Amino acid sequence: MAGRVLTCQIDGQDVSGLEESTILEVAREHHIRIPTLCHVPGLPEAGACRVCLVEVEGAARLLPACVTRIAEGMKVKTESERLLKYRRMTVEMLFAERNHICSVCVSNGHCDLQWLAQTLGVDHIRFPYRYPALPVDSSHARFVADHNRCVLCLRCVRVCGEIEGAHTWDVMGRGADCLVITDLAQPWGESASCTSCGKCVQVCPTGALSEKGKSAGEMAKQRRFLPYLTLMRGGNHV
Amino acid sequence: MSPDEIRGMAEREREHQAGRSCVLQVCTAAGCQPMQSVEIKTALEAEAKARGIGEHQCQVKSVGCLGLCGSGPLVRREPDGAMYQRVTPGDAPAILDSLGSAPPTHLFLDTRQPFFARQTRIVTANSGRIDPERLEDYLAAGGYATLARVLTEMSPQEVIGEITRSGLRGRGGGGYPTGLKWSTVAKSPGTPKTIICNADEGDPGAFMDRSVLESDPHRMIEGMLIAAYAVGASEGYIYIRAEYPLAIARLKTALRHAERHGLLGNNICGTRFNLRIELRLGAGAFVCGEETALIASIEGNRGTPRPRPPYPAERGLFGHPTLINNVETYANVPSILERGGEWFAGIGTERSKGTKVFALTGSIANTGLIEVPMGITLRDIVFEIGGGVPEGARFKAVQTGGPSGGCIPEQYLNTPVDYESLMSLGSIMGSGGMIIMDDSSSMIDVARYFMEFCMTESCGKCIPCRMGTVEMHELLGRFLNGSAAKADLDLLEDLCEMVKSTSLCGLGQSAPNPVLTTLRYFRPEYDAALAAGGR
Ligand SMILES: Cc1cc2nc3c(=O)[nH]c(=O)nc-3n(C[C@H](O)[C@H](O)[C@H](O)COP(=O)(O)O)c2cc1C
Ligand code: SF4
Ligand code: SF4
Ligand code: FES
Repeated sequence: MAGRVLTCQIDGQDVSGLEESTILEVAREHHIRIPTLCHVPGLPEAGACRVCLVEVEGAARLLPACVTRIAEGMKVKTESERLLKYRRMTVEMLFAERNHICSVCVSNGHCDLQWLAQTLGVDHIRFPYRYPALPVDSSHARFVADHNRCVLCLRCVRVCGEIEGAHTWDVMGRGADCLVITDLAQPWGESASCTSCGKCVQVCPTGALSEKGKSAGEMAKQRRFLPYLTLMRGGNHV
Repeated sequence: MSPDEIRGMAEREREHQAGRSCVLQVCTAAGCQPMQSVEIKTALEAEAKARGIGEHQCQVKSVGCLGLCGSGPLVRREPDGAMYQRVTPGDAPAILDSLGSAPPTHLFLDTRQPFFARQTRIVTANSGRIDPERLEDYLAAGGYATLARVLTEMSPQEVIGEITRSGLRGRGGGGYPTGLKWSTVAKSPGTPKTIICNADEGDPGAFMDRSVLESDPHRMIEGMLIAAYAVGASEGYIYIRAEYPLAIARLKTALRHAERHGLLGNNICGTRFNLRIELRLGAGAFVCGEETALIASIEGNRGTPRPRPPYPAERGLFGHPTLINNVETYANVPSILERGGEWFAGIGTERSKGTKVFALTGSIANTGLIEVPMGITLRDIVFEIGGGVPEGARFKAVQTGGPSGGCIPEQYLNTPVDYESLMSLGSIMGSGGMIIMDDSSSMIDVARYFMEFCMTESCGKCIPCRMGTVEMHELLGRFLNGSAAKADLDLLEDLCEMVKSTSLCGLGQSAPNPVLTTLRYFRPEYDAALAAGGR
């Protein structure tokens, strides 16, 4: 893993990191907080949620901190009025898109989306709610998939494909019609590839995937297996 | 085939063709084919036979697009180049009667009109001239001679140097300098290198690439071969949408002929250069034209984009350095190497070189395909070449760049067509769709039409595009049904800015463009909608 050490600036602070590190990794090492949603340490990045976008001097566009590698002399700004506005709008859209009724959700109080809304100060949603009619799949013996609470972060797809190696989860449809599916859109309980390991449930940021038998607010997720597996497989993690 | 064999075969075909006193070229491309052009060809052949006119006297030949699709089916006559329009199979006797004299008035198409006279044909030089299903025809027109010379006399670096000198930029929409892209791929470590032709062409109203492939498939293949040699690629793919059955069939024929004659495969032209090309059919998702989604699709995955960098030039198909260019970009390559980068750089403007093929559609007299030098003004395209909007209507706007572009109003019609100028107007060059709108169209409706397209074509991976397009579509709908309030306008403007700045790929990043340009140039329509709603 030995590589060159690069120096750069994040929010005016001089920092250093190994070549090939992402802005997010270096920022976290230096206790600079960048909000994230689809990023989970130990999973391949999706770059999908756009919450971690930062301003990089000289770059024409905003760049996702979770996938953008640092460069010598790079100047990064992780907070600005513009970034905050966009991050808030992103979270508002996620809430408006599906049916997130926190008070009755199994993950109430342990939810990454909720936490994101709180830290960004999202107190109302300007967008019309779409109230889509979405299914709940409770066919699995131990788990439930509730599409009303899915934010399409693809964590389940990635952990199942890349860590468990089962590739039970995938996505079907396009645009707002996207749904995560098990096998070829069969009920989860009938999936031939699912090993019932539960990794997807643990990485899911919201109450979309949960264990059966939990009541409102009881579904706290256990993610410590990921840093452990990453370490044992010879990777590094943040 | 060795260079000598290519020369020999071309020579024989040219002699053969020179022996014919007349050729009737019938367009059998996708524009004219649904209007019985194949039947017209059969009727012409039968009529000639009935009159005892032999092939050497008058040959009836299937060719690609003749350009003025809106007046089709078209037939062209050699050697004088006269053209017949709106032909039906029943016109066969009249056409044969007129050989040697002017076409009858009801069929006569004036080829001296600006539509034909103002074009500069490089990419479409052979379109409507050669039979796209005969390798011999392409050879007789000088085809593959450049490839043979490149492979035997030039180093890959020299080829890249020539492309760089030419100033060619990508014709797929982004306008990235082609020479720079090639040299990056050439320098990227890792084998095997891959070369991809992007023939996905998903913009509504665009059919330039389809036409090139239906009219002159070997030109694109030759361009790809030269590119592969320059960057050191040995594997090739053509990604083409399944909705183009005729283009696919003609490409397959061309690939088969090229393979059979040793122009594809191992030891091409007797050198050590190898290239295999495979066809991949896209299932009609617009986003699969985006290069990283296209690569994912070829890899057998769901066609969704991934963040760049790394760019495909560094890490592309299956992680290998990959060159991906558009059909028209490759189709320019043989001519550039034949006539030199300097020659190409002499056409066009300071930063946009060569020509561009456009598909003219909408409220315009001459619907069809044109190739014009960069730097020509929009006014010349619309009013000279296009013949203006039909009688009784008034020009309102020209839309370039499809769902990623914008609507340009009358006061900017003197803008030269080049990448930077169009961008400064809030639109883009795009891949070449050009839709003309008259005063009967509501610009809010136009904006909503493109937003609906982006909304249904969004891959759904990132939230700004997935939901932002839905929200913008809904807000535009409020303006159309009179229920919009001032707050909706503010939200719409915020959304445009946010979706443009935060989306993952070009689809989302450019989806607001039609809204932004109509807000910029046709604001009164939005204000009127607000006033009408009384809010
Ligand atoms: C949503 C989207 C759709 C695209 N569709 C096409 C297409 O249909 N054909 C194409 O050549 N390029 C398309 N592109 C551009 C490609 O990503 C890529 O830039 C291009 O193929 C590169 O070739 P060029 O340099 O020759 O233009 C599209 C880009 C986006 C963002
Ligand atoms: S089910 Fe959970 S982990 Fe999977 S995409 Fe939805 S929110 Fe993400
Ligand atoms: S911008 Fe749209 S099409 Fe592109 S990745 Fe995001 S959702 Fe998919
Ligand atoms: S955390 Fe970077 S895009 Fe989601």
